[in-house]
Formats: sequence, structure tokens, C-alpha cells
Amino acid sequence: MTSDEALTLIGERFAGARVDGRAPLVVTVPVDAWLRFAQFAKDTLGCRYFAFLTAVDWKEEGLEVVAKVDNLDDRVSLLMKTRLGPGVSICASLTPVYRGANWMERECYDMFGIRFEGHPDLRRILLADDWEGHPLLKSYAVDTPHPPYR
Amino acid sequence: MAVKGPIPQIPVPVWRNFKDLQEWEALHQTRPEGDKHSALFESLTDGIHSFPGGFAVTTVADNFLNWARKSSVWPVTFGLACCAIEMMATFASRFDVERLGMVPWASPRHADLMIVSGTVTIKMAPMLLRIYDQMPDPKWAVSMGSCANSGGPFRHGYHVVKGVDRVIPVDVYVPGCPPPPESLLNGLLLLQDQIAHFRRSGRRAAPNPKVD
Repeated sequence: MTSDEALTLIGERFAGARVDGRAPLVVTVPVDAWLRFAQFAKDTLGCRYFAFLTAVDWKEEGLEVVAKVDNLDDRVSLLMKTRLGPGVSICASLTPVYRGANWMERECYDMFGIRFEGHPDLRRILLADDWEGHPLLKSYAVDTPHPPYR
Repeated sequence: MAVKGPIPQIPVPVWRNFKDLQEWEALHQTRPEGDKHSALFESLTDGIHSFPGGFAVTTVADNFLNWARKSSVWPVTFGLACCAIEMMATFASRFDVERLGMVPWASPRHADLMIVSGTVTIKMAPMLLRIYDQMPDPKWAVSMGSCANSGGPFRHGYHVVKGVDRVIPVDVYVPGCPPPPESLLNGLLLLQDQIAHFRRSGRRAAPNPKVD
């Protein structure tokens, strides 16, 4: 499996996907194809190594979830992205496919408030349980008070 | 040939209202009840003090107790971040605080001094307060480094307490990022100077005059 073969496979199976880069392969898929694409990346492309999952806040354009998975045998790395749309913070969870996505999605929920549908245990992981808000959102003011220490 | 436009300038932040400063003043050094004393000890010393000529005894006793206090300040070993490395260097043989009577002790129950060495996060602050509360009175606190003094480079982060004096009262602030062992040693000597003027009433001595 080379990058070119992977590209043709992606083009055949996912018509709505947009390819932005070659090394690593940067593929943007529609949000409803997110879990299917992850399954395809693991089974067909052989990307069995889950590197990370995070999110980007594009303000008016909404949130973007980014995950990187690698095929370590054939040296294909795949950066998969999806846009949730403006004002939406619900995304399918990758935990049925990649178990490593569990804590990453919890962190993503902690920092961006994205609710991952199908996650077995979605609660805060880094911040305290009584924290209000999601601090890596652009709408979170840096001077947000935290009583009683502020 | 393309002519480049002017380089966009990043606007300088204007501190219109000194909100942070006002907040700092409001939250600075609040420990209204002061150091806790034994009531029996206090009534005894008050009795001696009101006796004719008794003030000489209490003053001498005060001086003696203060000398004892300042000569055996035991800091609790409490390292938070990279400042803790410098604190350990201060404790170790090259700078050796043990010649000042300071024994780093791994229990807050036996300690007199807490050196807050590093960034205090909002999640860590309750634990820090708990350790401070476990120390017996009279107790002192040294804030070491920019992070503990004011939040330092993480001041505008979402997760950092902007100065440990919002959690516990601080006696000596040691600036630096991190302060070298010499700075911390100087801070500890200043603290000993403060302890030498510690009053029986539980009021803290006036802060050291600024010498520049």
C-alpha cells in the first residue's frame, strides 16, 4: 500500500472526501462519514496506529476535528479531518474503531466541548470536574475568573 | 517589482484599568486571625507582662524565642516545577542551608516554612492550601520564582493561579525565572530577619524597607 494506491482507494470509496496534501495524506471527509472513514482507514489502508486526535476552532466556520493515523508497515500516514459545521459540537466517536481514541476524545471534550456520540465514558480528563466552560475555544476569555483563587 | 506595504504593527496593550493591580491589593495577604497561639500561654505572658518590670522578662523571652525560631526554620519539601530544582540545589551541599539551621523536612506537621517553588495551577491550589493548613503555627511562606509570585509567563493562561498570595499569605517573594540558589538563599536570610522581629501578638513584622 503506497500513498497513491491509498489515494485512488479513497477516491473510489469516498466521493465527498477532499484531499489537501500528500505527505502526510490530508483528507477532509464529511462529518457523517467520519466513523466509516476511520473503519476504512484501519481495515483497508492498514492505518492501525492511532497517533492523536484534536480539534481546531475556526470561529464562525465552526469546529474541526483532526485525527492522525499511521500505517507503520508501509509508511503511510493519514491526517483525517472533518468540519462539524458552525455552532455544532457533536461528532461521532472513533472509540469503536480505535481504542486509543478514548482519552484523546475525553481531552477534546474537556478543551473544546465536543460531545462524541458513542463514547463509553465522556467526562473531563485534565481539568477539575467542577470547571466551567471549555478553555481552548476561541470564545473563552483569558480573564475568565475562577473563584476563589482569582 | 512589487512594492511591499508597511509592516503591520501589533498594537501595544494598553492597561486602561489596573484591574489586576486592584485585585492583587484586595487579595494580598489576607489572614485575619493571624498566627494561632495557645490561650494558656497567652494569658501567662500577659500576666508576666503586666507585672511591674515584667516587660523586661517578656522582651527577653520574646527575643530568645525569636532567636530559636529563626535558627531552626524547617522548610517542608514541596517542589512544584523547575524552581524546585534550584530549591534542591540550595538544600544540597554546595549552598547548604543546613548551616542556617534549615532542615528540609518531608512532613508539613514538623515544618515552619513552605517554599512555593513553581507554578500553582488552579487544580493544585486546594492541595497547596491543605498542606499549608497542616503546618503548625507560627508558619511562614516564601514565594519562589515568577510563577509563584504572579503567574509569570503563564499569567494569561486559563489554568494558573495568578500569584500564590491568592491562596496563602506570603512573607518573602523571591523574583527570578527560576531564581538561582543565591537568590533563594538571600530570600531565606531576609525571612530570618523577619522572624527575628516576630511579635508575640501574632502580628507580622513590617516588611523590610526597600534598599536599591
